[in-house]
Amino acid sequence: MQVNDLAVARGGVAVLEGVTFRLMPGRALVLRGPNGIGKTTLLRSLAGLQPALAGEVTVAAEAVAYAAHADGVKAVLTVAENLRFWAAAYGTHSVAQALEAMNLEALANRRAAHLSAGQKRRLGLARLLVTGRPIWLMDEPTVSLDAASVALFAGVVARHLGTGGSALIASHIDLGLEAEVLDLTPFKARSPAAGGRLGAFDEAFE
Amino acid sequence: MIALLIRDVRLAIRAGGGFGLGLAFFLLVAVIVPLGVGPEPSVLARIAPGILWVGALLACLLSLDRIFALDYEDGSLDLLATSPMPLEAVVAVKSLAHWLVTGLPLVLVSPVLGLLLNLEAAGYVWLVASLALGTPALSVIGAFGAALTVGVKRGGLLMSLLVLPLYMPTLIFGAEVVKRGAAGLAVGTPLALLAGITAGAVALLPFASAAAIRVNLR
Repeated sequence: MQVNDLAVARGGVAVLEGVTFRLMPGRALVLRGPNGIGKTTLLRSLAGLQPALAGEVTVAAEAVAYAAHADGVKAVLTVAENLRFWAAAYGTHSVAQALEAMNLEALANRRAAHLSAGQKRRLGLARLLVTGRPIWLMDEPTVSLDAASVALFAGVVARHLGTGGSALIASHIDLGLEAEVLDLTPFKARSPAAGGRLGAFDEAFE
Repeated sequence: MIALLIRDVRLAIRAGGGFGLGLAFFLLVAVIVPLGVGPEPSVLARIAPGILWVGALLACLLSLDRIFALDYEDGSLDLLATSPMPLEAVVAVKSLAHWLVTGLPLVLVSPVLGLLLNLEAAGYVWLVASLALGTPALSVIGAFGAALTVGVKRGGLLMSLLVLPLYMPTLIFGAEVVKRGAAGLAVGTPLALLAGITAGAVALLPFASAAAIRVNLR
Protein backbone atom coordinates (compact mmCIF):
# COMPACT_ATOMS: atom_id res chain seq x y z
CA MET A 1 0.00 0.00 0.00
CA GLN A 2 1.40 3.33 -1.07
CA VAL A 3 -0.04 6.65 0.13
CA ASN A 4 1.05 9.89 -1.56
CA ASP A 5 0.39 13.41 -0.34
CA LEU A 6 -3.02 12.46 1.07
CA ALA A 7 -5.29 15.11 2.58
CA VAL A 8 -8.39 14.13 4.51
CA ALA A 9 -11.24 16.11 6.07
CA ARG A 10 -13.64 15.48 8.91
CA GLY A 11 -16.92 17.36 9.15
CA GLY A 12 -15.89 19.65 6.31
CA VAL A 13 -12.61 20.69 7.95
CA ALA A 14 -9.29 19.46 6.60
CA VAL A 15 -7.45 17.67 9.41
CA LEU A 16 -4.43 16.10 7.73
CA GLU A 17 -2.50 16.96 4.59
CA GLY A 18 0.61 15.75 2.86
CA VAL A 19 0.46 12.30 4.45
CA THR A 20 2.90 10.05 2.62
CA PHE A 21 3.96 6.57 3.60
CA ARG A 22 4.48 3.12 2.24
CA LEU A 23 3.33 -0.10 3.82
CA MET A 24 5.18 -3.17 2.59
CA PRO A 25 4.00 -6.79 2.92
CA GLY A 26 5.13 -8.27 6.20
CA ARG A 27 5.41 -4.89 7.91
CA ALA A 28 3.29 -3.03 10.42
CA LEU A 29 2.94 0.71 10.78
CA VAL A 30 1.66 2.32 13.96
CA LEU A 31 -0.08 5.68 13.67
CA ARG A 32 0.53 8.02 16.58
CA GLY A 33 -0.64 11.50 17.38
CA PRO A 34 -2.76 13.42 19.84
CA ASN A 35 -6.57 13.03 20.02
CA GLY A 36 -8.33 14.70 17.10
CA ILE A 37 -5.29 14.67 14.81
CA GLY A 38 -7.20 12.53 12.30
CA LYS A 39 -6.08 8.94 12.83
CA THR A 40 -9.61 7.57 12.50
CA THR A 41 -10.36 9.88 9.56
CA LEU A 42 -7.22 8.68 7.80
CA LEU A 43 -8.14 5.02 8.36
CA ARG A 44 -11.71 5.59 7.15
CA SER A 45 -10.38 7.23 3.99
CA LEU A 46 -8.00 4.35 3.37
CA ALA A 47 -10.86 1.89 3.92
CA GLY A 48 -12.88 3.70 1.26
CA LEU A 49 -15.61 5.01 3.56
CA GLN A 50 -14.95 8.63 2.71
CA PRO A 51 -13.25 10.34 -0.20
CA ALA A 52 -9.88 12.02 0.28
CA LEU A 53 -9.56 15.74 -0.38
CA ALA A 54 -6.38 15.28 -2.36
CA GLY A 55 -3.56 12.85 -2.94
CA GLU A 56 -3.60 9.24 -3.98
CA VAL A 57 -3.75 5.83 -2.41
CA THR A 58 -2.37 2.89 -4.36
CA VAL A 59 -3.57 -0.43 -3.08
CA ALA A 60 -4.45 -3.77 -4.64
CA ALA A 61 -8.16 -4.37 -5.19
CA GLU A 62 -9.94 -6.19 -2.37
CA ALA A 63 -6.87 -6.22 -0.16
CA VAL A 64 -8.03 -4.15 2.79
CA ALA A 65 -9.97 -5.20 5.89
CA TYR A 66 -11.07 -2.48 8.28
CA ALA A 67 -11.72 -2.78 12.01
CA ALA A 68 -13.36 0.32 13.44
CA HIS A 69 -13.84 1.61 16.98
CA ALA A 70 -17.16 -0.21 17.06
CA ASP A 71 -17.00 -3.97 16.66
CA GLY A 72 -20.20 -4.45 14.68
CA VAL A 73 -21.11 -7.35 16.93
CA LYS A 74 -24.78 -8.38 16.93
CA ALA A 75 -25.90 -9.01 20.50
CA VAL A 76 -28.60 -11.57 19.71
CA LEU A 77 -26.33 -13.75 17.58
CA THR A 78 -23.85 -16.17 19.09
CA VAL A 79 -20.11 -15.60 18.78
CA ALA A 80 -19.83 -18.27 16.09
CA GLU A 81 -22.84 -16.91 14.18
CA ASN A 82 -21.38 -13.42 14.19
CA LEU A 83 -18.11 -14.70 12.76
CA ARG A 84 -19.72 -17.09 10.30
CA PHE A 85 -21.67 -14.22 8.77
CA TRP A 86 -18.50 -12.24 8.09
CA ALA A 87 -16.72 -15.33 6.80
CA ALA A 88 -19.56 -15.87 4.31
CA ALA A 89 -19.56 -12.17 3.37
CA TYR A 90 -15.85 -12.35 2.54
CA GLY A 91 -16.17 -15.71 0.83
CA THR A 92 -13.96 -17.61 3.29
CA HIS A 93 -15.74 -20.34 5.15
CA SER A 94 -13.80 -21.39 8.18
CA VAL A 95 -14.17 -19.66 11.53
CA ALA A 96 -12.54 -22.34 13.70
CA GLN A 97 -9.04 -20.93 13.29
CA ALA A 98 -10.15 -17.41 14.12
CA LEU A 99 -11.99 -18.60 17.22
CA GLU A 100 -8.91 -20.45 18.36
CA ALA A 101 -6.52 -17.61 17.61
CA MET A 102 -8.49 -15.11 19.68
CA ASN A 103 -9.21 -17.62 22.45
CA LEU A 104 -12.96 -17.57 21.86
CA GLU A 105 -13.60 -21.30 21.47
CA ALA A 106 -15.18 -21.67 24.90
CA LEU A 107 -17.53 -18.80 24.10
CA ALA A 108 -18.48 -19.91 20.58
CA ASN A 109 -22.09 -20.71 21.42
CA ARG A 110 -22.70 -17.84 23.81
CA ARG A 111 -24.80 -14.93 22.68
CA ALA A 112 -22.68 -11.87 22.11
CA ALA A 113 -24.97 -9.96 24.48
CA HIS A 114 -23.43 -11.94 27.35
CA LEU A 115 -19.83 -11.11 26.46
CA SER A 116 -17.73 -8.64 28.41
CA ALA A 117 -16.35 -5.57 26.64
CA GLY A 118 -12.95 -7.21 26.22
CA GLN A 119 -14.46 -10.43 24.88
CA LYS A 120 -16.53 -8.42 22.40
CA ARG A 121 -13.37 -6.66 21.28
CA ARG A 122 -11.66 -10.04 20.77
CA LEU A 123 -14.64 -11.10 18.64
CA GLY A 124 -14.36 -7.88 16.64
CA LEU A 125 -10.67 -8.57 16.02
CA ALA A 126 -11.33 -12.22 15.16
CA ARG A 127 -13.42 -10.84 12.29
CA LEU A 128 -10.19 -9.61 10.67
CA LEU A 129 -8.91 -13.18 10.59
CA VAL A 130 -11.93 -14.53 8.70
CA THR A 131 -11.74 -11.81 6.04
CA GLY A 132 -8.66 -13.40 4.50
CA ARG A 133 -7.51 -9.91 3.46
CA PRO A 134 -3.77 -9.10 3.57
CA ILE A 135 -3.90 -5.48 4.78
CA TRP A 136 -5.51 -4.85 8.17
CA LEU A 137 -6.53 -1.32 9.12
CA MET A 138 -7.16 -1.18 12.86
CA ASP A 139 -8.49 1.69 14.91
CA GLU A 140 -7.44 1.47 18.56
CA PRO A 141 -7.61 -2.34 18.53
CA THR A 142 -6.49 -2.77 22.13
CA VAL A 143 -9.21 -0.70 23.80
CA SER A 144 -10.74 -2.68 26.70
CA LEU A 145 -8.34 -5.61 26.25
CA ASP A 146 -6.43 -6.84 29.30
CA ALA A 147 -2.67 -7.44 29.22
CA ALA A 148 -3.01 -11.12 28.32
CA SER A 149 -5.40 -10.36 25.47
CA VAL A 150 -3.12 -7.62 24.17
CA ALA A 151 -0.28 -10.15 24.07
CA LEU A 152 -2.57 -12.67 22.37
CA PHE A 153 -3.57 -10.06 19.81
CA ALA A 154 0.06 -9.00 19.24
CA GLY A 155 0.84 -12.65 18.53
CA VAL A 156 -1.99 -12.83 16.01
CA VAL A 157 -0.75 -9.71 14.24
CA ALA A 158 2.84 -11.00 14.27
CA ARG A 159 1.70 -14.24 12.63
CA HIS A 160 -0.29 -12.28 10.07
CA LEU A 161 2.83 -10.25 9.25
CA GLY A 162 4.81 -13.47 9.06
CA THR A 163 2.55 -14.78 6.30
CA GLY A 164 3.11 -11.68 4.18
CA GLY A 165 0.25 -9.60 5.52
CA SER A 166 0.57 -6.05 6.74
CA ALA A 167 -1.12 -3.91 9.34
CA LEU A 168 -1.82 -0.23 9.87
CA ILE A 169 -2.64 0.37 13.51
CA ALA A 170 -3.81 3.51 15.22
CA SER A 171 -2.83 2.89 18.81
CA HIS A 172 -1.42 4.61 21.85
CA ILE A 173 -0.01 1.59 23.58
CA ASP A 174 3.05 -0.41 22.67
CA LEU A 175 2.04 -3.75 21.20
CA GLY A 176 5.54 -5.15 21.43
CA LEU A 177 5.59 -5.60 17.67
CA GLU A 178 8.46 -4.73 15.42
CA ALA A 179 6.68 -1.84 13.80
CA GLU A 180 7.58 1.49 12.35
CA VAL A 181 5.90 4.45 13.97
CA LEU A 182 4.37 7.29 11.99
CA ASP A 183 3.64 10.37 14.05
CA LEU A 184 0.85 12.31 12.35
CA THR A 185 1.49 15.59 14.19
CA PRO A 186 3.69 17.11 11.42
CA PHE A 187 0.91 16.44 8.87
CA LYS A 188 -1.70 18.52 10.70
CA ALA A 189 -3.56 20.58 8.11
CA ARG A 190 -2.96 24.32 8.09
CA SER A 191 -6.01 26.43 8.81
CA PRO A 192 -7.59 28.05 5.71
CA ALA A 193 -6.53 31.47 7.04
CA ALA A 194 -2.91 30.31 6.95
CA GLY A 195 -3.19 29.26 3.32
CA GLY A 196 -4.45 25.77 4.04
CA ARG A 197 -6.99 23.76 2.12
CA LEU A 198 -10.71 24.17 2.59
CA GLY A 199 -12.79 21.14 3.42
CA ALA A 200 -15.08 19.73 0.74
CA PHE A 201 -18.11 21.11 2.52
CA ASP A 202 -16.98 24.71 2.30
CA GLU A 203 -15.98 24.48 -1.34
CA ALA A 204 -19.58 24.22 -2.49
CA PHE A 205 -20.27 27.63 -0.97
CA GLU A 206 -17.28 29.48 -2.37
CA MET B 1 -25.61 -12.30 0.25
CA ILE B 2 -27.69 -15.23 1.32
CA ALA B 3 -25.71 -15.04 4.55
CA LEU B 4 -26.83 -11.43 4.98
CA LEU B 5 -30.45 -12.40 4.33
CA ILE B 6 -30.27 -15.20 6.90
CA ARG B 7 -28.58 -12.86 9.39
CA ASP B 8 -31.18 -10.13 9.02
CA VAL B 9 -34.13 -12.49 9.25
CA ARG B 10 -32.54 -14.14 12.29
CA LEU B 11 -31.94 -10.77 13.94
CA ALA B 12 -35.56 -9.81 13.34
CA ILE B 13 -37.02 -13.03 14.66
CA ARG B 14 -34.90 -13.33 17.80
CA ALA B 15 -35.85 -11.44 20.93
CA GLY B 16 -35.97 -7.69 20.51
CA GLY B 17 -35.85 -7.81 16.74
CA GLY B 18 -39.25 -6.23 16.28
CA PHE B 19 -40.78 -9.14 14.39
CA GLY B 20 -44.53 -9.16 15.00
CA LEU B 21 -44.70 -5.45 15.75
CA GLY B 22 -46.15 -4.61 12.34
CA LEU B 23 -48.34 -7.69 12.39
CA ALA B 24 -49.78 -6.81 15.81
CA PHE B 25 -50.41 -3.25 14.67
CA PHE B 26 -52.23 -4.46 11.54
CA LEU B 27 -54.35 -6.75 13.68
CA LEU B 28 -55.19 -3.95 16.11
CA VAL B 29 -56.30 -1.62 13.32
CA ALA B 30 -58.63 -4.24 11.88
CA VAL B 31 -60.08 -5.05 15.30
CA ILE B 32 -60.48 -1.45 16.47
CA VAL B 33 -62.01 0.09 13.34
CA PRO B 34 -65.33 -1.85 13.61
CA LEU B 35 -65.56 -0.75 17.24
CA GLY B 36 -65.07 2.88 16.29
CA VAL B 37 -67.13 2.96 13.12
CA GLY B 38 -69.94 0.76 14.34
CA PRO B 39 -70.92 -2.79 13.42
CA GLU B 40 -73.06 -1.95 10.39
CA PRO B 41 -71.98 -4.52 7.75
CA SER B 42 -72.63 -2.31 4.71
CA VAL B 43 -70.46 0.52 6.08
CA LEU B 44 -67.65 -1.85 7.01
CA ALA B 45 -67.76 -3.56 3.62
CA ARG B 46 -67.44 -0.16 1.92
CA ILE B 47 -64.41 1.01 3.93
CA ALA B 48 -62.69 -2.40 4.26
CA PRO B 49 -60.35 -2.10 1.23
CA GLY B 50 -59.09 1.32 2.27
CA ILE B 51 -58.71 0.45 5.96
CA LEU B 52 -56.85 -2.77 5.19
CA TRP B 53 -54.41 -1.00 2.89
CA VAL B 54 -53.86 1.94 5.26
CA GLY B 55 -53.30 -0.54 8.10
CA ALA B 56 -50.74 -2.49 6.08
CA LEU B 57 -48.95 0.69 5.07
CA LEU B 58 -48.68 2.04 8.61
CA ALA B 59 -47.64 -1.38 9.92
CA CYS B 60 -44.83 -1.37 7.37
CA LEU B 61 -43.81 2.15 8.34
CA LEU B 62 -43.45 1.17 12.00
CA SER B 63 -40.43 -1.06 11.52
CA LEU B 64 -38.62 0.91 8.83
CA ASP B 65 -36.15 2.77 11.01
CA ARG B 66 -34.67 -0.54 12.14
CA ILE B 67 -33.47 -1.45 8.65
CA PHE B 68 -30.23 0.54 8.84
CA ALA B 69 -30.27 2.37 12.18
CA LEU B 70 -29.32 -0.66 14.28
CA ASP B 71 -26.46 -1.56 11.95
CA TYR B 72 -25.32 2.05 11.99
CA GLU B 73 -25.29 2.26 15.77
CA ASP B 74 -23.20 -0.83 16.40
CA GLY B 75 -20.78 -0.13 13.55
CA SER B 76 -21.90 -3.01 11.32
CA LEU B 77 -22.92 -0.64 8.54
CA ASP B 78 -19.33 0.66 8.22
CA LEU B 79 -18.11 -2.92 8.06
CA LEU B 80 -20.78 -3.93 5.54
CA ALA B 81 -19.84 -0.93 3.39
CA THR B 82 -16.19 -2.05 3.35
CA SER B 83 -17.06 -5.71 2.73
CA PRO B 84 -16.83 -7.25 -0.74
CA MET B 85 -20.62 -7.07 -1.17
CA PRO B 86 -21.69 -4.08 -3.26
CA LEU B 87 -23.68 -1.66 -1.11
CA GLU B 88 -26.53 -1.77 -3.63
CA ALA B 89 -26.85 -5.50 -3.04
CA VAL B 90 -26.68 -4.98 0.73
CA VAL B 91 -29.59 -2.53 0.47
CA ALA B 92 -31.60 -4.85 -1.80
CA VAL B 93 -31.05 -7.84 0.48
CA LYS B 94 -31.93 -5.87 3.60
CA SER B 95 -35.13 -4.64 1.91
CA LEU B 96 -35.97 -8.22 1.01
CA ALA B 97 -35.37 -9.30 4.62
CA HIS B 98 -37.63 -6.48 5.81
CA TRP B 99 -40.34 -7.62 3.44
CA LEU B 100 -40.01 -11.26 4.56
CA VAL B 101 -40.50 -10.37 8.23
CA THR B 102 -43.01 -7.53 7.78
CA GLY B 103 -44.74 -7.49 4.38
CA LEU B 104 -45.17 -11.21 3.85
CA PRO B 105 -46.88 -11.87 7.23
CA LEU B 106 -49.26 -8.98 6.47
CA VAL B 107 -50.15 -10.58 3.14
CA LEU B 108 -50.76 -13.92 4.81
CA VAL B 109 -53.05 -12.68 7.60
CA SER B 110 -54.96 -10.16 5.47
CA PRO B 111 -57.81 -12.56 4.53
CA VAL B 112 -58.58 -13.11 8.23
CA LEU B 113 -58.71 -9.37 8.81
CA GLY B 114 -60.86 -8.99 5.68
CA LEU B 115 -63.36 -11.22 7.46
CA LEU B 116 -63.36 -8.93 10.50
CA LEU B 117 -64.13 -5.97 8.26
CA ASN B 118 -66.83 -7.78 6.28
CA LEU B 119 -64.98 -7.56 2.96
CA GLU B 120 -67.05 -8.73 -0.02
CA ALA B 121 -66.30 -12.35 -0.95
CA ALA B 122 -65.03 -11.38 -4.40
CA GLY B 123 -62.44 -9.05 -2.82
CA TYR B 124 -60.33 -11.61 -0.92
CA VAL B 125 -58.34 -12.78 -3.89
CA TRP B 126 -57.58 -9.20 -4.90
CA LEU B 127 -56.73 -8.18 -1.35
CA VAL B 128 -54.05 -10.85 -1.15
CA ALA B 129 -52.87 -10.21 -4.71
CA SER B 130 -52.62 -6.44 -4.28
CA LEU B 131 -50.79 -6.71 -0.94
CA ALA B 132 -48.43 -9.34 -2.35
CA LEU B 133 -47.67 -7.03 -5.29
CA GLY B 134 -47.59 -3.78 -3.34
CA THR B 135 -45.81 -4.53 -0.05
CA PRO B 136 -42.41 -5.15 -1.70
CA ALA B 137 -42.59 -1.56 -2.96
CA LEU B 138 -43.34 -0.40 0.60
CA SER B 139 -40.20 -2.17 1.85
CA VAL B 140 -37.93 -0.84 -0.91
CA ILE B 141 -39.24 2.73 -0.69
CA GLY B 142 -39.01 2.52 3.09
CA ALA B 143 -35.41 1.35 2.87
CA PHE B 144 -34.69 4.43 0.77
CA GLY B 145 -36.18 6.66 3.47
CA ALA B 146 -34.22 4.81 6.14
CA ALA B 147 -31.03 5.21 4.10
CA LEU B 148 -31.59 8.96 3.78
CA THR B 149 -32.02 9.39 7.53
CA VAL B 150 -29.41 6.90 8.75
CA GLY B 151 -27.21 8.60 11.32
CA VAL B 152 -29.88 11.14 12.25
CA LYS B 153 -30.66 10.74 15.94
CA ARG B 154 -34.36 10.02 16.38
CA GLY B 155 -34.75 10.19 12.61
CA GLY B 156 -38.05 8.30 12.67
CA LEU B 157 -40.23 11.38 12.29
CA LEU B 158 -38.17 12.80 9.45
CA MET B 159 -38.19 9.43 7.77
CA SER B 160 -41.98 9.09 8.04
CA LEU B 161 -42.43 12.52 6.50
CA LEU B 162 -40.09 11.61 3.63
CA VAL B 163 -41.57 8.19 3.01
CA LEU B 164 -45.31 8.80 3.33
CA PRO B 165 -45.69 10.85 0.13
CA LEU B 166 -43.72 8.20 -1.75
CA TYR B 167 -46.13 5.58 -0.42
CA MET B 168 -49.22 7.33 -1.79
CA PRO B 169 -49.29 5.86 -5.33
CA THR B 170 -48.91 2.35 -3.93
CA LEU B 171 -51.71 2.98 -1.44
CA ILE B 172 -54.07 4.51 -4.01
CA PHE B 173 -53.66 1.79 -6.61
CA GLY B 174 -53.52 -1.01 -4.04
CA ALA B 175 -56.77 0.03 -2.38
CA GLU B 176 -58.31 0.61 -5.81
CA VAL B 177 -57.56 -2.98 -6.83
CA VAL B 178 -59.36 -4.31 -3.75
CA LYS B 179 -62.26 -1.88 -4.10
CA ARG B 180 -62.86 -2.77 -7.74
CA GLY B 181 -62.29 -6.45 -7.09
CA ALA B 182 -64.83 -6.47 -4.26
CA ALA B 183 -67.35 -4.70 -6.48
CA GLY B 184 -66.80 -7.22 -9.25
CA LEU B 185 -65.28 -4.70 -11.68
CA ALA B 186 -62.22 -5.14 -13.88
CA VAL B 187 -58.97 -4.68 -11.90
CA GLY B 188 -56.49 -4.82 -14.75
CA THR B 189 -55.50 -1.15 -14.84
CA PRO B 190 -54.79 -0.48 -11.13
CA LEU B 191 -53.14 -3.88 -10.81
CA ALA B 192 -50.81 -3.12 -13.73
CA LEU B 193 -49.97 0.30 -12.28
CA LEU B 194 -49.30 -1.24 -8.86
CA ALA B 195 -47.03 -3.85 -10.42
CA GLY B 196 -45.29 -1.10 -12.38
CA ILE B 197 -44.59 0.95 -9.25
CA THR B 198 -43.18 -2.09 -7.49
CA ALA B 199 -41.03 -3.13 -10.43
CA GLY B 200 -39.67 0.39 -10.85
CA ALA B 201 -38.98 0.85 -7.15
CA VAL B 202 -37.26 -2.53 -6.82
CA ALA B 203 -35.11 -1.87 -9.89
CA LEU B 204 -34.05 1.72 -9.17
CA LEU B 205 -34.24 2.55 -5.47
CA PRO B 206 -31.46 0.25 -4.19
CA PHE B 207 -29.02 2.40 -6.17
CA ALA B 208 -30.40 5.60 -4.69
CA SER B 209 -30.38 4.10 -1.19
CA ALA B 210 -26.78 2.94 -1.54
CA ALA B 211 -25.75 6.42 -2.68
CA ALA B 212 -27.54 7.96 0.30
CA ILE B 213 -25.80 5.60 2.72
CA ARG B 214 -22.38 6.37 1.20
CA VAL B 215 -22.98 10.07 1.79
CA ASN B 216 -24.24 9.48 5.33
CA LEU B 217 -21.26 7.32 6.29
CA ARG B 218 -18.68 9.97 5.43
